[in-house]
Amino acid sequence: MTATTSFAAAFVAALHDGLSADPRASIIGGYVLGLGPERALMDRIRRDFPGRVIDPPTSEAAVAALGTGAAMAGARPFVDLGTASFSYLAWSQMVNEAAVAHYMSGGRLTVPVTFHYLHGVRGAGAAQHSASPHAMLANAPGLEIVAPSTPADAYGLLRGAMESPNPTLIVNHARLLGIEGPLPEERSALPFGRADIKRSGSDVTVLAISLMVYHALAAAERLARDGIAVEVIDPRTLVPFDEATLLSSVAKTGRLVVIDEAPLNGGLASSIAGLVAERGFWSLKAPIMRVARADAPVPYSPPLEKFVTPDADKIEAAVRRCLMERTPVGARGG
Amino acid sequence: MASEASADWQWPLLRTMLRMRRFEEAVFRLSTERAFAGHFHLYIGQEATGAAIISVLEDRDRIATTHRNHGHLIARGADPAAALAEILGRAGGLNGGRGGTLHLCDPALGFISTSAVVGGCISLAVGAGYACKQNGGGAVAAAFFGDGALEEGVSYEAMNVASLLRLPMLFVCENNSTDAWGAARGGYPTLVHAGPDLLQVPRSLGIEAVRVAGTNAHDVRAAALAAIAKCRDGHGPVFIECVTKRWPGSNPLWPALVTGLTEIAMATGAVPVAGEHADWYRHHDPVLLLARELAAQGQEAVERIRRDDVEIRDAMAAATAAALASPFPQAKSALAHVFATAAAT
Repeated sequence: MTATTSFAAAFVAALHDGLSADPRASIIGGYVLGLGPERALMDRIRRDFPGRVIDPPTSEAAVAALGTGAAMAGARPFVDLGTASFSYLAWSQMVNEAAVAHYMSGGRLTVPVTFHYLHGVRGAGAAQHSASPHAMLANAPGLEIVAPSTPADAYGLLRGAMESPNPTLIVNHARLLGIEGPLPEERSALPFGRADIKRSGSDVTVLAISLMVYHALAAAERLARDGIAVEVIDPRTLVPFDEATLLSSVAKTGRLVVIDEAPLNGGLASSIAGLVAERGFWSLKAPIMRVARADAPVPYSPPLEKFVTPDADKIEAAVRRCLMERTPVGARGG
Repeated sequence: MASEASADWQWPLLRTMLRMRRFEEAVFRLSTERAFAGHFHLYIGQEATGAAIISVLEDRDRIATTHRNHGHLIARGADPAAALAEILGRAGGLNGGRGGTLHLCDPALGFISTSAVVGGCISLAVGAGYACKQNGGGAVAAAFFGDGALEEGVSYEAMNVASLLRLPMLFVCENNSTDAWGAARGGYPTLVHAGPDLLQVPRSLGIEAVRVAGTNAHDVRAAALAAIAKCRDGHGPVFIECVTKRWPGSNPLWPALVTGLTEIAMATGAVPVAGEHADWYRHHDPVLLLARELAAQGQEAVERIRRDDVEIRDAMAAATAAALASPFPQAKSALAHVFATAAAT
């Protein structure tokens, strides 16, 4: 039995099941779905788990530390940090405490805390409510980062995060909350480090993260009308990253376009392109293309915002460019 | 009767404080021998605070400490050989050489991560207090930090959360800046607090706060006992400011054993108190202060102090030898423990 449900409802179902499964679990910051219409979904959790949902003051650093220290002392908190860019206030606790404690202790201390924020260009959020900091956090060893795109993945990855012995960050795009999709009745935690091929194809590999998966699928649909078969890979977990699935797809297609909403410079699109340039070079028939947010703060005005943000048009153009690029001399006849 | 009752805790406490002192002297000696790299911080002069408070904590309680952590680890019963080996970066260290002097951590003794980020320990300890409360078992979380930690914004945020949630928390501010800078200016201990009274910070958040002489084991212990009882009763957090005289060796940028190896006979009168640091030996060295008090009981006590000290010095010499004998970790093991693999329990 598979029911259709929203991303937000699947996420809340996972929270509910996670709290039921482990009495050490609690929620620090009860506005997990923001302040929009989905927030009513949290009422059931508040009702069913009295005393296990707390609404702390507006203190991102202390809230992140609360979850981190609690995890070090045997609790398993889920910590909501709200809008992604507010997590900058909690950088020290996430990057320099939670992420390093297991290592610094020589493996003796575990920090099973789950952090969550809503990231991305949400529409008129301007620079301070539209950030996607996951690439910066991927640069902090010791932090697991998961980025679900579908309701089923949201469920499975959140359960996985709550069961993980490591500090895990869940990045949900603010525009994913209302997206609908199947959620199987039989459900459990998804293992980390396993990408999902959201669409199979033989001409070009498109790796897309979070909301970008939908833009990639829309571009693939359009390109299919021209006979171009795009394979869309959703890594689902950014750290750990499923290198094998990506490299084997590139070995098949010989072409790669990487999509991420984090800014281009030093971002994950760049990092993943570097990985394939190093490890998959001899499969490549064309240069790797990166589609990412422009290296500018996100502007407020709609046409400006659209200009800097990746979308299906930009992905389609990148795929076409990738196909028009000449095959490198050394790879001809190979 | 009162003095008889105090003897029950005074003797073990003196032994603990001597262990802390002799441990730090061993660390200092290893530093002069260039046996380890990097900056380090010694706990000399603050032993009465750490020893007295830790002596009244229970096994189930959690502790967070800082870059100046050695004394807390030793007071709680960490193996001095493993602690020294950690400081030396050896495989046999408490943390396999991954943490070092700033991050000694013994989770088996209730320590959460030892953060060298100023104020970090306060914020993490509040999390431990949250876990203690959620767990419902009556455990308490104690945070040890210096006066400088109150310069950090996260400390304020964390104390606010602790107060709002009425967490079972002991905030132990080890104020060791009383004469580092402030005395020369005729003001409060530190250079960098605009407010003249640190207790106003927790009090403004509704946290009960008391100030004690951090070199006086009686005062610290009494304050800790009262505070912990309140924490366990669900009263919420308590803040104790323990004011110590700054150990003269902490004034230079790099620690220096300017007061020399502790001469315990200065407490018994066998060695005269004299020299540039006579004031420190006479009025501010917490180890000598407690030893002097016990030595006043008579010749048997004097002999017991001497014996304890010899035994502890021998133990620290053995710990030093064991630490030095521990090999360095295999370089290729550097990538182990970035992530935990087994499910956390």
